[in-house]
Amino acid sequence: MANIIVLVKQVPDTNARIVLSGERVDLSAVKKVMSPYDEFAVETALQHREASGGEVTAITVGAAGADKVLKDAKAIGVDHIVRIDCDDNLDSNALQSMLASVVSSLEADVVYCGKSAADTGAGSTGPGLAERLGWASVSNTISVAFGDQLSVITPSSGGNARVNVPLPAVISCDKGDIKVRKPNVKGIMQAKRAQVDVQSVEVPASTISIVTHSMPPAKPAGKSYEGGAAAAEVAQLLRDEANVI
Amino acid sequence: MTETVVIAEIVKGAVHPTTAELITAANALGSQPVVVVPCADASLADGAAKFTGVAGILAAKSDVFSDYDAAGWAAALDAVTPAGIIITSASPQSKDLAARLAARRGISVVQDVVKIESGNLTSPIYSGKAMQTVSLSGNAVVSVRPNVFDASGNDGSANVSVVDTSGDVATAVQEFMARASNRLDVAEANIIISGGRGMGNPENFSHLEAIADTLGAAVGASRAAVDTWDEIPHSMQVGQTGKTVNPNLYIAVGISGAIQHLAGMRSSKYIVAINKDADAPIFQHADYGIVATWEEALPILQSTLSAMMA
Repeated sequence: MANIIVLVKQVPDTNARIVLSGERVDLSAVKKVMSPYDEFAVETALQHREASGGEVTAITVGAAGADKVLKDAKAIGVDHIVRIDCDDNLDSNALQSMLASVVSSLEADVVYCGKSAADTGAGSTGPGLAERLGWASVSNTISVAFGDQLSVITPSSGGNARVNVPLPAVISCDKGDIKVRKPNVKGIMQAKRAQVDVQSVEVPASTISIVTHSMPPAKPAGKSYEGGAAAAEVAQLLRDEANVI
Repeated sequence: MTETVVIAEIVKGAVHPTTAELITAANALGSQPVVVVPCADASLADGAAKFTGVAGILAAKSDVFSDYDAAGWAAALDAVTPAGIIITSASPQSKDLAARLAARRGISVVQDVVKIESGNLTSPIYSGKAMQTVSLSGNAVVSVRPNVFDASGNDGSANVSVVDTSGDVATAVQEFMARASNRLDVAEANIIISGGRGMGNPENFSHLEAIADTLGAAVGASRAAVDTWDEIPHSMQVGQTGKTVNPNLYIAVGISGAIQHLAGMRSSKYIVAINKDADAPIFQHADYGIVATWEEALPILQSTLSAMMA
């Protein structure tokens, strides 16, 4: 029986346009979804439960609006949903401290999360949480096999490595060949009724502050050509002008 | 003055040239960094002695550094790395290490930095659809995107001091599975040539592979290509749900430039687009755009490059 945790995060739909209002991004008109890599983490957590028995708890950090991502996880099949209540913009130290405190209190055997969230793209939460808990961690896994230890496959220079991971551990999941299951009607009905366990945790002060958001610098217009014969000229420019080959 | 430390980027048992860019980033924060070289054999650190703009080279010697284990590396580096702002590469492995090292020190981490100005750090967010600039109060670990900062000089002769260190390794590599070909992975390559659904069928990727082999490049693919053809594995996918890449040269062939794909490659130094549709969004991001079918353009590109590389 395994006590399994999966971390999920609500992010703007990856197809959404991001706009600014003043010097901050304005997400008011943007649809929010579960971060895509978290879907692979949820799937892996459910497969772990099927292999070894036990229960899966999904945790998110955010204000009440973030309950939606927990309900989505519940509809797919997790057993318990926990929101760590926080409306602030946290730096990695503050966020991981909160998560470490809740994961410790739940006496988990393993934590799954996405390799990075689609908003920050940082990928810091998995390994940072593991360090705070004193656990093993592997990031960017493309396959996980379950047993007393985990056997994971992760990219390594020149190929992939199969790595044995003792539990407890934090695993940050890439897509690999995982096919995620979709919620069924029964799951969606259960999710509607499910209670979110809202927890409050003390937050250390953030030492990183946002100064400004901006749009990426516009790229100067490039050179354009008609017809395949131009490939010869472009190849020459890549050497003489761009100095990249 | 802010103290800075650079953790040298180690690839295939050698100090990777991107380490020189990390030194420039440290200089931009206003100091000459100590460069810490994780190594099992201290002679490896000699590869960093040539870099200019550094305060010194510290060879952190331990058997821990033979295989990558996040817990063991963080412990062994933490034990010997001076206090200060720690700078690593934003390669997948070093971002993992950066997060672990920051957590070990109880400080924060800022990933994927592409600009440093007046002590403020700028990184792409929402996969490059916007930029975020932050300020630090106190020390932090900072990972820096490759191919963004200029390299520091390499005619120096810094002193190398050697210090033994250790850490408890948590995981064990059971087996290494080399790729079938010698071709680089998109996450490692300085030149990438990618194909999209415009390639027509997966067999046609052989034309991209031939050019890749001429250039020592990696072959990538758009999400549409990966989702459409089983023969194109997800490991090749560049984009928001694939790999984010920052090569010197990115050649997009038969790729329209969906927002998800642009997110993964728009920070490439030079972008070449080959597409038969003149209105394809990819052309707005291309330094060199060729409106043509791949059948017309690739043979000419191949023969010109072959002649140049010969």
